[in-house]
Amino acid sequence: MTNPAASRSQRSVAAPRRDTWSHIPEGMRPILAHTALISACFVMIYPLLWLTASAFREPAAIFTSPGLWPGEHFTLENFVTGWQGLGFVGFSTFFANSLIVAGLSVVGNVFACALAGYAFARLNFPFRRTLFALMMGTIMLPLHALLIPQYILFSSLGWLDTFLPLVVPKFLATEAFFVFLFVQFFRTIPGELTDAARIDGCGHFQIFWRIFVPLALPAMATTAAFSFIWAWNDFLHPLIYLNSPQNYTVTVGLSLFLDATSESNYGAMFAMSLVSLLPVVGFFLSFQKLLVAGIATTGMK
Amino acid sequence: MSLSGPNKLARSAWLSDRARESIAAYVFLLPWLIGFVFITLGPILASLALSFTNFSGSLERMQWVGLDNYIRMFTSDRAYWGSVRVTLLYVFVSVPIMLAFALAVAVVLNRGLRFLGIYRTIFYLPSLLGTSVAIAVLWRYVFGQYGLINQLLGLFGIEGFSYIGDPRSALQTIMVLNVWTFGAPMVIFLAGLRQIPAQIYEAATLDGANAWQRFWSITLPSLSPLVLFNGVLSMIGGFQAFTQVYVISDGSGGPAGSTMFYTLLLYQRAFTQLQLGYASAMAWVLLLFIGVVTAVLFLSAKYWVHYGEGR
Repeated sequence: MTNPAASRSQRSVAAPRRDTWSHIPEGMRPILAHTALISACFVMIYPLLWLTASAFREPAAIFTSPGLWPGEHFTLENFVTGWQGLGFVGFSTFFANSLIVAGLSVVGNVFACALAGYAFARLNFPFRRTLFALMMGTIMLPLHALLIPQYILFSSLGWLDTFLPLVVPKFLATEAFFVFLFVQFFRTIPGELTDAARIDGCGHFQIFWRIFVPLALPAMATTAAFSFIWAWNDFLHPLIYLNSPQNYTVTVGLSLFLDATSESNYGAMFAMSLVSLLPVVGFFLSFQKLLVAGIATTGMK
Repeated sequence: MSLSGPNKLARSAWLSDRARESIAAYVFLLPWLIGFVFITLGPILASLALSFTNFSGSLERMQWVGLDNYIRMFTSDRAYWGSVRVTLLYVFVSVPIMLAFALAVAVVLNRGLRFLGIYRTIFYLPSLLGTSVAIAVLWRYVFGQYGLINQLLGLFGIEGFSYIGDPRSALQTIMVLNVWTFGAPMVIFLAGLRQIPAQIYEAATLDGANAWQRFWSITLPSLSPLVLFNGVLSMIGGFQAFTQVYVISDGSGGPAGSTMFYTLLLYQRAFTQLQLGYASAMAWVLLLFIGVVTAVLFLSAKYWVHYGEGR
C-alpha cells in the first residue's frame, strides 16, 4: 500500500515535529552512526588487541605500554617459554586434552540431541508434552544444583581424573539447549517429504537417517560449534573432576600456570592466554553465520 | 529400501502404526531419557536429600540432621549473606545494564547501515570469550595496579589504583566483564527488530511521532517478549557466574569478600571443605530462588509484555 517515494514526500511535509535527529542533515546521519559504532567497537575489542600486542612484547615492556604496536620490544620468546608450561607438563598436553574433550563433546551433542530433537519434533508418543516440558525445564536449571550428586555418582563409578565425567553426559543429551535447537529446526521441514518416504516403505529410522539428517546439517554445524566453544571454555567441571596436571584441559592448565608463574612471567601468561582463545575465535569466524542464526532462534550465548 | 517394504508389512500385522511410532520415539529418546534420569533428575533429588544430612564424603558417617544446614546458612554462616548480597548486586545491576547496551546497539545497527555484518561480528565476539579463563586473566591485568586502564589514565596524568585489589571496585570490574558480553542478547534483539513492519513506523511518523516516541511506543513494546527472554536467560546465567570470579580473585572471593559470589562460596564449602551436605542445601536455595525470580518475571509478563495484536 505504501509507495516509498510517496511516503517520503509526505513525511517531509508532515506537521512540524520535534525529531531528535531532525536538526542533523539527512546525509550526515549514517556518518555519525558509523563514527559512534566504530568507536564502540574499538573500545570493545581494545582489551583483546592489547592482549595480542602484549603477547608479542618483552615482559618488562608490557606494563609500560598501553599502545598496540610492540615496536622495538617485539619478541616471540613469550610463546616459547609459555608453551613449556610448568616444565613437567606443557601446553601441548593441555591442548591435546582440550581437543579430545571438546571433540568428543561435539560428537556426543550432535548425535544425542539430534535423536531427541527428532522425536520431540516429529513423532507422537505417550507423555510427549510432559517430557518436552521437563526437557525445556532443564535448560533453566543452575548447574550448581546438580554438581554435588553428579560428583558423587562419577566418583563412585571410578571416573575421577578421567575425561568421562566431562564427555559422557554429552552423549546423553544433557545440554537441552541443543535438543531445543534441533526441535525448532526439524519442525520447519515440510511433512510432504516424510509422507512420500513413508509411502515408499521407509521406517522411522530410515526417514530420520535419509531425510532429516542430510537436511539438518545447519543445525548440526551450529550445535557442533557451540558445543566445541562451551566445552573448550568450561572451567568448573575440569577443575572438579581432573586431579593430575597431565589430564588438565587448557582452562585449568592456564589457571595453574597463573598461580605458578605469572608473577614472574607476565609475557608467557599473555601469550598462552592468547593461544587458548584462538580455537574459539577460529570456530566463531568459520561458523559465524550459523552461530548468529542459531542464537537468533534459540537465544544461546 | 526393497527389503523394508515387505518387512514393514510383516511388522504391521502385529503392531499398529501408532504403537510402532511410540516405540520408535522412545528409542530416539533413549540417550536423553537416560541422561535425564541419571544426570539431571536423579542428582536434583539426591541433592535435596543430601541437604538434610551432614554428608562429607563417607556414607558410613552420614547422619540425618534435619534443617540444621538451612538454619546454619541463614543464621550463623558469616560468609553466606555476604555472598548473597554480592551475587544479587552483580545480577540486578549488570544484567539490566547489559540488556540496555544490547538494545541500544541493536537499534542503531538496525538503521540499515552498511557493514552490519562486521559490526555484529565484533560486538558478538566478546560474549563467546567472556566466560573463558584467558579473558579473566586478561581482566586481572587490565584492571590491576599497572594494568591497561591505569596506563591509559596515566597518559592524562591521572594516577589510578588496583581496581581488582580494592574491595570498593573489585565487584564492579566483574560487572564490566558481564556488560562486555552484551553481544548475544544484541543479536537476538536485532533479529526481533527485523520482524517489526516498516509500515508501523511510517504511520507513526505521519502522525507526528518523533524518534524517541517511536522507540517507546513501537520498538520497545514489539521487543518486549525478547526483553523477557533475554532477561530470564541473562539472569540465570548471572547467578551461575563462576570462572571469572574464581580466576580474578584467585579462588578466594577477595579482597575482603567483595567478590565472594554464591557459586564460589558453594564451591569452597563443597570441594575444599568437603561440607557436601551443607553445599547441597546452598544449591537448593539457589535453585528455588532462581525458580521464584523466573516465575515472578513470567507472571509479571502480562503487565508489560505484548505478544502481538493477534491474541
